[in-house]
Amino acid sequence: MKTNKIFISGDEAAAHGVRLSRPHVIAAYPITPQTITVERLSEMVESGELDADYMHVESEHSALSAAMGASSVGARTFTATSSQGLLYMVEAMHYASGGRYPIVMMNANRSVALPWSIYGDQRDSLSQLDSGWIQVYVEDAQEALDMMIQAYKIAEHAKVLTPMMVNLDGFILTHTYEMVEIPDQDMVDKFLPPFETPNKMSFENPKNMAFSSQPDDNTEFKYQQNKAMFDAIEVIENTEKEFGEQFGRNYHGMVEEYMCDDAEAVLVTLGSITGTVRVVAEQLRARGLKVGILKIRYMRPFPEKEIMELSHKIKAIGVIDKDISFGYEGTVFTNVNSALAKSNATIFKKNFIGGLGGRDITKAEIEKMYKDLLAGISTNGQKTVEFFNLKVETND
Amino acid sequence: MTNETIMNIPRVTPKNMTEQEFFYGHKACAGCGGSVAVRLALKVLGERTYSALPAGCMAAVGFIFPQMAFKNNSIITTFPGVASMASGIAAGAKALGQTDFKTVCFAGDGGTADIGLQALSGMIDRDDDVLYICYDNEAYMNTGIQKSGLTPYGTHTTTTPAGKNLPGSKTHKKNVFEIIAAHDIKYAATASIGYPQDFINKVNKAKHIKGATFIHVYASCPTGWGTPTNTSIEIAREAVDCGLIFLAEYENGDFKLNKNPKEFASVKEYLTKQGRFKHMTDEDIEQVIGFRDMKWERMRRNWNHK
Ligand SMILES: Cc1ncc(C[n+]2csc(CCOP(=O)(O)OP(=O)(O)O)c2C)c(N)n1
Ligand code: SF4
Ligand SMILES: [Mg+2]
Repeated sequence: MKTNKIFISGDEAAAHGVRLSRPHVIAAYPITPQTITVERLSEMVESGELDADYMHVESEHSALSAAMGASSVGARTFTATSSQGLLYMVEAMHYASGGRYPIVMMNANRSVALPWSIYGDQRDSLSQLDSGWIQVYVEDAQEALDMMIQAYKIAEHAKVLTPMMVNLDGFILTHTYEMVEIPDQDMVDKFLPPFETPNKMSFENPKNMAFSSQPDDNTEFKYQQNKAMFDAIEVIENTEKEFGEQFGRNYHGMVEEYMCDDAEAVLVTLGSITGTVRVVAEQLRARGLKVGILKIRYMRPFPEKEIMELSHKIKAIGVIDKDISFGYEGTVFTNVNSALAKSNATIFKKNFIGGLGGRDITKAEIEKMYKDLLAGISTNGQKTVEFFNLKVETND
Repeated sequence: MTNETIMNIPRVTPKNMTEQEFFYGHKACAGCGGSVAVRLALKVLGERTYSALPAGCMAAVGFIFPQMAFKNNSIITTFPGVASMASGIAAGAKALGQTDFKTVCFAGDGGTADIGLQALSGMIDRDDDVLYICYDNEAYMNTGIQKSGLTPYGTHTTTTPAGKNLPGSKTHKKNVFEIIAAHDIKYAATASIGYPQDFINKVNKAKHIKGATFIHVYASCPTGWGTPTNTSIEIAREAVDCGLIFLAEYENGDFKLNKNPKEFASVKEYLTKQGRFKHMTDEDIEQVIGFRDMKWERMRRNWNHK
């Protein structure tokens, strides 16, 4: 296969993925660290490389509202945001999923004020797990590009018709340069045909959309929405397989297990931290420690089956959360733990909270997490949630 | 479209207006002025129309699954997002190669002057091909008659209860028409369902203009106003005749008063027949009249009129 690699940032890779997917309408509002994506898309529209209408909306709420409007007549749409912008969209996010508009959104994961911070953590998107969007988290710029293309295919699938959010860790991915393979437009066109949907307004078949429902019907609509999310799992896996066959890159579907076959202690990761954890895990393996990684790719739908299966093979599991649900625990941990509870596996569990507001998670810290897990196997550890590398004294 | 060609658009009259209905089978209260505005506008705009309605009475009464009341393509939007969703519809349909269609918003006074103003400003700024019609019943009716930015001075609403210490609403109507005009919009107008001929021809004019246009139509609400259901058109007419509501247009940078009465009908009569103003004292009414006169003095001084 001939290659066409260029040196670009994660934001730019996302923009190329969007360009190759040929959206009709792009509506977005600038916010760090997403901005470069929409700047590149604007340039692509200006130069004619991308034949799309770029709408200069006055807010994120309007960005998503405009995307919904375009989607409601059958147009393929894109928006992008981050942090405060994502939260400003929240009303429209539930609206888009309830209306079954398969919009694709890029979210640059960033901390949420207060305190203000433009740096990365995942508290923005994880606070939106219940908004009805498919959520995927990528590890590097190549995956960002590839997932934009896959996202349209998954979201627009007749059994799914659900909006999809592609998450890139702010700065660590959005602003880091890598060699990225840019696929041929012909190949993408073959993989991703034009958007067709019966769920649209048209003059041939006029419709009234986005209606209200009475208590007698509402549950049925929500049931269908939930079912579509579960049906998405098979669509995700098939899309992934087809993508792998055509483009030669594989991301393993809902999760990627890395060195898990004979592992005793496994760290669960989400997004770009996976790369660092891979390095540490390989080093520890070289020293004979049986460690592995479960890279969660999709937070919704959630990879419950994969986690339950894994739980029977291992003795300890740790979840790194770049977020905290105040008064409880990390949200990724809550979700993982719920799957573990259903599997009846009695393994040592620990939730590592850190990387908030962009603080670096170091290799030494990750090594310590693995050691904690291995040490925990022989104990009945009680304290399961820990803010690691706290720089203040605590008395708990 | 140039000025002359706009002037040459054949007028819509009861004789040449379509018999087709586009908004029926809805659950609006008897005598609802908002529903009259929507019905008349759609007759002018016709079947190649996408309508977008934010949360508010017309959305609430028109789309109760499975009973859909619009014959043309129509959609409810979020409360703040009607203008941006309509912009998206127009952009999406255009990108898909559709031609010869119109996108229209039907939004309440609250959805326009308050929560939706930002999105509306963006829509006009981009000059998106959308006609935005605000039906003004002077309060948040769908949530049970609360004060909005277009509730006039002295109105009793459920959040401005008139009593010993409050005259009802303490503020005058936000000047939406001029706020919109200040965007240098191609065309903006005010209207009243009490003057339907004037209203539908303004809709017709806006229909033929490519780009963002705006019509603010006064639309009575017997439920929220405490008026008989069979006087909605009359009351909306009286509001204009007594000068509290004016009929005007903004075009090519100029304001024009369409109706400049030599003498106003009685404000007191208009107010006291409505439950929402019943409590008003003569002093309150004098305030209203004083405010009206100040506004008219300014309009007559600065705007074109006969
Ligand atoms: C974000 C948001 N805030 C509040 C509401 C509640 N709400 C729905 S309709 C409405 C009042 C609408 O008033 P107006 O725009 O004047 O239209 P009317 O009902 O009078 O026709 C309100 C406050 C909502 N749906 N969404
Ligand atoms: S409350 Fe008023 S605006 Fe709402 S449907 Fe009834 S009459 Fe119409
Ligand atoms: Mg109102």
